[in-house]
Amino acid sequence: MARVEDRIDVELAAATAADDAAHPRPRGDFARLPWGSFVIIAVLILVAVLAPLIAPHSPTEQSLPDKLLPPAWEAGGSTRHLLGTDVLGRDVLSRLLYGARVSLIVAAVALLAGGGIGLAVGIVSGYLGGRTDSFLMRTVDATLTFPTILIALLLAVSLGPGLKTIAIAITVLIWARFARVVRGEVLAVKTRDFVALARVHGCSHLRIMAVHIVPNVLNTFMVLLTLHIGFVIIIEASLSFLGAGIPPPTPSWGQMVSDGRSHIASAWWLSVVPGAAIMLVVLAFNLFGDWLRDWLDPRLRQV
Amino acid sequence: MLEDRTIAVEPLIRVENLAKHFPVTRGVLIGRTTGQVKAVDGISFTIGRQETLGLVGESGCGKTTTSRLLLRLEQPTAGRVLLDGQDVHALRGADLSRYHTRVQAVFQDPWSSLNPRLRVRETIAEALVVNRRVTRSGKLERVEEVLHQVGLPLSAGARYPHEFSGGQRQRIALASALAAKPELIVLDEPVSALDVSIRAQIMNLLKDLQARQPLSFLLVAHNLATVRYIAHRTAVMYLGRIVEHADTESLYRRPLHPYTKALFAAALPADPDAPRDDMILSGEVPSPIDPSPGCHFHPRCPFAMEQCARVAPELKTIEPGHVVSCHLY
Amino acid sequence: MAAGAPVVLEVRDLRAYLYTRWGVVRAVDGVSFALREGETLGLVGESGCGKTMTGLSLVRLLPEPAGRIVDGQVLLEGEDLLTKSEPEMRYVRGRRMSMILQDPQTSLNPVFTIGDQILEALRQGRADGGRSLVARAEDALRRVKVAAPEQRMRAYPHQMSGGMKQRVVGAIAVAGEPRVLIADEPTTALDVTIQLQYLALLKEIQARTRLAMLFITHDFGIVARMCDRVAVMYAGRIVETGPTRALFRAPRHPYTEALMASVPRMEGAVTRLPSIEGQPPPLHDLPTGCRFADRCAYVDDRCRREYPPTMAIGPAHEAACWRIERSPSSR
Repeated sequence: MARVEDRIDVELAAATAADDAAHPRPRGDFARLPWGSFVIIAVLILVAVLAPLIAPHSPTEQSLPDKLLPPAWEAGGSTRHLLGTDVLGRDVLSRLLYGARVSLIVAAVALLAGGGIGLAVGIVSGYLGGRTDSFLMRTVDATLTFPTILIALLLAVSLGPGLKTIAIAITVLIWARFARVVRGEVLAVKTRDFVALARVHGCSHLRIMAVHIVPNVLNTFMVLLTLHIGFVIIIEASLSFLGAGIPPPTPSWGQMVSDGRSHIASAWWLSVVPGAAIMLVVLAFNLFGDWLRDWLDPRLRQV
Repeated sequence: MLEDRTIAVEPLIRVENLAKHFPVTRGVLIGRTTGQVKAVDGISFTIGRQETLGLVGESGCGKTTTSRLLLRLEQPTAGRVLLDGQDVHALRGADLSRYHTRVQAVFQDPWSSLNPRLRVRETIAEALVVNRRVTRSGKLERVEEVLHQVGLPLSAGARYPHEFSGGQRQRIALASALAAKPELIVLDEPVSALDVSIRAQIMNLLKDLQARQPLSFLLVAHNLATVRYIAHRTAVMYLGRIVEHADTESLYRRPLHPYTKALFAAALPADPDAPRDDMILSGEVPSPIDPSPGCHFHPRCPFAMEQCARVAPELKTIEPGHVVSCHLY
Repeated sequence: MAAGAPVVLEVRDLRAYLYTRWGVVRAVDGVSFALREGETLGLVGESGCGKTMTGLSLVRLLPEPAGRIVDGQVLLEGEDLLTKSEPEMRYVRGRRMSMILQDPQTSLNPVFTIGDQILEALRQGRADGGRSLVARAEDALRRVKVAAPEQRMRAYPHQMSGGMKQRVVGAIAVAGEPRVLIADEPTTALDVTIQLQYLALLKEIQARTRLAMLFITHDFGIVARMCDRVAVMYAGRIVETGPTRALFRAPRHPYTEALMASVPRMEGAVTRLPSIEGQPPPLHDLPTGCRFADRCAYVDDRCRREYPPTMAIGPAHEAACWRIERSPSSR
């Protein structure tokens, strides 16, 4: 009677060992996790959700006598405004915390919409092939040649600034990237015997796409999603910086950086603080995405 | 042996003058058809009930394309495939569903035949679920039945493919082919990717299955000894055509076509003292793009005559149940 | 066959392990054999038995950094290759010991013409003052029966068939006139009629150059045709070695016996094929006693406790099995 046993393929063993050696890590899977990224991402989410509860002040509350206060550790700072105040006396920390919401919401919406569309197009294009594929890929190519910021600005100008506009602009920008990568994966999955066997079993094209193709491209798709979070946050920040993003007084990190431009010499914290926040968050998501890809990869190879 | 059956009753599968040509295109903007790949170039054969037909040949002979045509993975350019007298490529709707429960397949590569994201029982039950209304318990019951038939533990159903070895995966693939109670299973090189000692296990299993239920096999393979062990009749293909077709014993006792003889000579026996019939063919296995007129084999044939280059030989019956297509006869 | 010929390659107790996250995989666990000039030794076994790793160990091309040769000696014409430095090994590879792999697709570089690749191989080899490199390259192609070599020199690998590519690979491998050729399943990816051509070619080259060949395969038909002697590997060790005829006539190790019995025949009555139940033990978790014990028809207690030593059966025929001690002359 055949035993279900964990057999080690000598070649696989050599391959994964080479991989392990290339990324030396202390013993134990526990230490391999990207704790830094996890922490930052967790903090970001918490902050965005709990902003109304943790922020010491309202982000829009002006207090002209308190304008341009430096952060608490500098001379002249006060503990009431830990990260200082801006030119209208608004608390930088509170604006930072509320700004996190904007970044996250925009990122989430744009990624879900853009990623969703890209996934669907990639699957249909890759699986059906032929003229459908040609047509869809030409559309993708056209989209990818648009200069990113220009398109976003055009959309913002024609639709009017706001959360919805930014979300639409970013969706339009990123769906094509997803579509192309997903299509590549689909082409590879399509050649595997189990897809032909599904047809022999009598599955409809729809069933094959849903049951056999999508689950096998999901890994790549998820990694792609994670790696795009940083990109999306920066686009939003850039648009807000250029004035085509979220209109004031809602705080947005990009907007904050832009507002602090004119005071860079005297009140450095106005631009540097939100700028640092952007950098940290994007870095965290990129590292997370890298780890996710590596973590999923050997498992894929084992399969 | 099987003549009586085939005359009295319509065979399970009848293939008539089946052909599949793929156009060869050139040009970037406007595709011009510069030639035809005649992958299958007019073949005919039958498969009876509880019978195994072996289809042997080397790469480019068209045996895989033939199996794909039977499975409706390709549309024929000419000719027909009949299941119980019905043209399989003309089936639609409920008839098509029924077809999928009657004809199934097992492919060569155990490592790509199973969807890694599905539990084994989902893969096994797929043909059932898609073509028939089954209750959840009915589905699980059938999965257990076929797992038992292929010699796997019942616990295998809940597991994922990566937990199994190559031989076990082929058993799972066989189980998923058996689930809908098919009458014909197309086996495309089912054991060539497996270890030698595992091949024997799977071949014994195939024989046992055929003995216990009304099951026919189309066995596509290149290993003559494997085919001999299971097939009742064997057809030899070269460059899209059948060059010889006979009862297996008759073929192996007395191969007639020069290509068949070359194949037999190349099937090295596991016996250092076996007589060496070194019929070494010259040249390469040619491509099926626009093959020369006349006999397809003549460029490599050690017995080629003048007419072989001009006229394609007909299939002639040399002894009962043994046909060959060669000007030597 | 080549009974009195000098020993060209001698492997003594070779051990090569892979250090992986599942533990230490003992791919090659004490392998010993000798190869004489002009002789072909077949190394037979199923997947995972360690035969490919053995071949790679001889040329010291184990996958790094997981693979390490931990013990043993590989004596090429008396010199231990395991003590050589990497630059010294680079000199050995191709010139004194060469290797052909299974897949001609990946053995050749797709972006260079085959002419370039043969020339490069020749440049490494001995200088032949008389003729130009190109002439020698064309000769090399002619010797492997590639027609119109002058044109073929300019061809790219993808323009050639599998059989022809494998012949080019062969030409490159013997261009440096090595003493030993390791062929790792060179015909598995080829059609059978092409395989026959290729094996005949290898035999011809061997006859001409007195090359010693280590032929790694799982196909007993090839062994019967090509090999003078055979070594059967199982779970990292050689379980039986002997002259081809003796091994086929009277295999003494139960694994060899069972393996041969499971191969379908072209002649004789079609009887039920015996198969071997179970699977080989995992190479990272090997049992103490005989590794075939779980699947052996003749197993007894001692087999599970102690690994059997290699015992002589006949002239140059030996196997590692306790049964030999029990009944030395018959089965």
